[in-house]
Amino acid sequence: MSDEPLLRVEDLKVEFATEDGVVHAVDGVTYQVFPGRTLGIVGESGSGKTVASLTTLGLTRLQGARISGRILFEGRDLVALPDSELRTIRGNEIAMIFQDPLSSLHPLYKIGRQLTEAVLAHRDVSKAKARERAIELLGWVGIPDPGRRIDDYPHEFSGGMRQRVMIAMALANDPKILIADEPTTALDVTVQAQILALMERLQEEFGMAIVIITHDMGVVAEMADDIAVMYAGRIVETASADMVFSGPEHPYTWGLLRSIPALDRPRGEDLVPIPGTPPSLIRPPSGCHFHPRCAYAQPDHARIDPSLDPVAPGSSHYVACLLSSEDRRRLWAELQAGRQPQQAIAEVGLPEATA
Amino acid sequence: MTAYVIRRLLWGVLLLVLVTALTFVLFRVIPTGNPAVLRAGHDPQPHFIKELERVLGLNKSLPAQFWQYMKEIFLHFNFGYSYYNQEAVVSLIRERLPATLSLTVGAAMLWVIGGLTVGILSALKRHSFVDRLSMGGALVVLSAPEFWLGLIFLFLFANDIGKLKILPGSGSYVGLTSNPGKWFESLIMPWIVLASGSAAVFARLVRGSLIETMDEDYIRTARAKGLPEKSVVRQGVRSAINPAVTLLALEIGVLLGGAVLVETVFNIPGVGVLSYKAIQTADFSVIQGTVLLASMFIIVANIVADIAYAYLDPRVRYG
Repeated sequence: MSDEPLLRVEDLKVEFATEDGVVHAVDGVTYQVFPGRTLGIVGESGSGKTVASLTTLGLTRLQGARISGRILFEGRDLVALPDSELRTIRGNEIAMIFQDPLSSLHPLYKIGRQLTEAVLAHRDVSKAKARERAIELLGWVGIPDPGRRIDDYPHEFSGGMRQRVMIAMALANDPKILIADEPTTALDVTVQAQILALMERLQEEFGMAIVIITHDMGVVAEMADDIAVMYAGRIVETASADMVFSGPEHPYTWGLLRSIPALDRPRGEDLVPIPGTPPSLIRPPSGCHFHPRCAYAQPDHARIDPSLDPVAPGSSHYVACLLSSEDRRRLWAELQAGRQPQQAIAEVGLPEATA
Repeated sequence: MTAYVIRRLLWGVLLLVLVTALTFVLFRVIPTGNPAVLRAGHDPQPHFIKELERVLGLNKSLPAQFWQYMKEIFLHFNFGYSYYNQEAVVSLIRERLPATLSLTVGAAMLWVIGGLTVGILSALKRHSFVDRLSMGGALVVLSAPEFWLGLIFLFLFANDIGKLKILPGSGSYVGLTSNPGKWFESLIMPWIVLASGSAAVFARLVRGSLIETMDEDYIRTARAKGLPEKSVVRQGVRSAINPAVTLLALEIGVLLGGAVLVETVFNIPGVGVLSYKAIQTADFSVIQGTVLLASMFIIVANIVADIAYAYLDPRVRYG
């Protein structure tokens, strides 16, 4: 982590004016992406994780978003950059792949054309050279017989193959950062593993940084070096992946971890879903945004808005939670031992939750 | 793809035969349609009608008559004889077809280009002044029937009766080969009047379709690739025109119907006026001929649209 960050997002806010009110999709988010490392941004649908990434590429501008804060990339602030200059970065130095590879590819163009136009958008090469490059890219991402498949249409590929094509497209110009927005969500489980393995292999080969956006803690465990957990447009916990998995600090992170099955848990143990639904981003809950769904919330948590602070002085593990770090450590230990939240609260001696 | 085209063509031929058969039935069941009565002149003797029926083959059985009718049309391209004009229907139509083709082809081009341009501009500048103005205008011309719009145009712009005497008015049509300049001038108003309704439908469809496609994930991908906005829009338009092609074929029929009215208002000696007069004078063989011609146009247009659709959308190509 001693390296200079490649991308620094500072206090990013993205708001959309709608008929129902202003949607605070991203509400003061700060994170960094380091060269060659993978940042996993985790959260439920509607937590603002996708909007934050689209904003990095300037893709929320057209939807009339109000954007504040800074996105620093190689000394330039992408928030302030004019669209013409941002365009030279998009798909070139920062590339992005999306959730549904079928709808993300133009159905009426051969994939060869879609790949070569990505090359031609940023490189002054002949069409023949761009086509050569496209075939080479398809080979890298494991498309068999790329010289022939390049003239196929997207509907002639399987889901996994389409996502490989999307990855090939993103790699067209050797990006420094690859943003992958739920890259495996639309795929079969076995194909998911293949796509993740492919991304890891390509990262080793080309050394780009990856930002992987997902709701799936399993994907993050597989891929990420660093983790940022988002809730209601904010980051509620961030640290290295090791720290998050060995000692998660935020009750929401606990919920995410306990809602996925794991082989090292006793058989027959119930998965614990997080109760409730993600909050409205138009009128977010007062105080800690998570308090209505938090089993451990105390009365004043509906009033006080926690800030993202180090868990201990000098630590690189940040959390936005109003519980004391001592209480959190003990609660997690109880949950680890297989206790339900109510039991854990009683063991630790917290007052019963009010929410 | 080839098999698909051949199949569509065969269907087209079959449809044409069916339409021809239908017109036969239609004109036999209309009681005033007896060609012998029509030809016999005013207050004829019954035996004279009988004689004429024999000459025209109307005393034969219906199946025999049907066979004769189909054979004449498909083998000899004979659509019958106009007793009113004292001329074969085919030569009547052939004389007037150039004027009608000039009108309809020109209007179709204006309609497609105009509708496409307005639709795309409106979609890209959604809710802007341009958008509101053109969609409002589209609603107006959409609601206005051709004959009314034609009269308004004549009233405003015709060089004889117009307020601004800038364009040749009613009855000024000249053939393309005799004077191309005058031909063009005389058709400006008819083209606009005939095209406007279809262009309005087209513009609204293209606008809606493009607004939808510009929200698609693959448009986001195109932007994420760093393509210039112009290329991004081109990709959207490429998808948006597909539904428009289907409409194109349907609107050809509307256009032909409109041509009858526009030819009448602007007094263009085309097939439309011919059929209008034929209806007035109960000249059934002419009506029958123009109906067949129009159905042929529509069937061909639909085949062309189907083939174009398969060409435009690779997912449609089957067989």
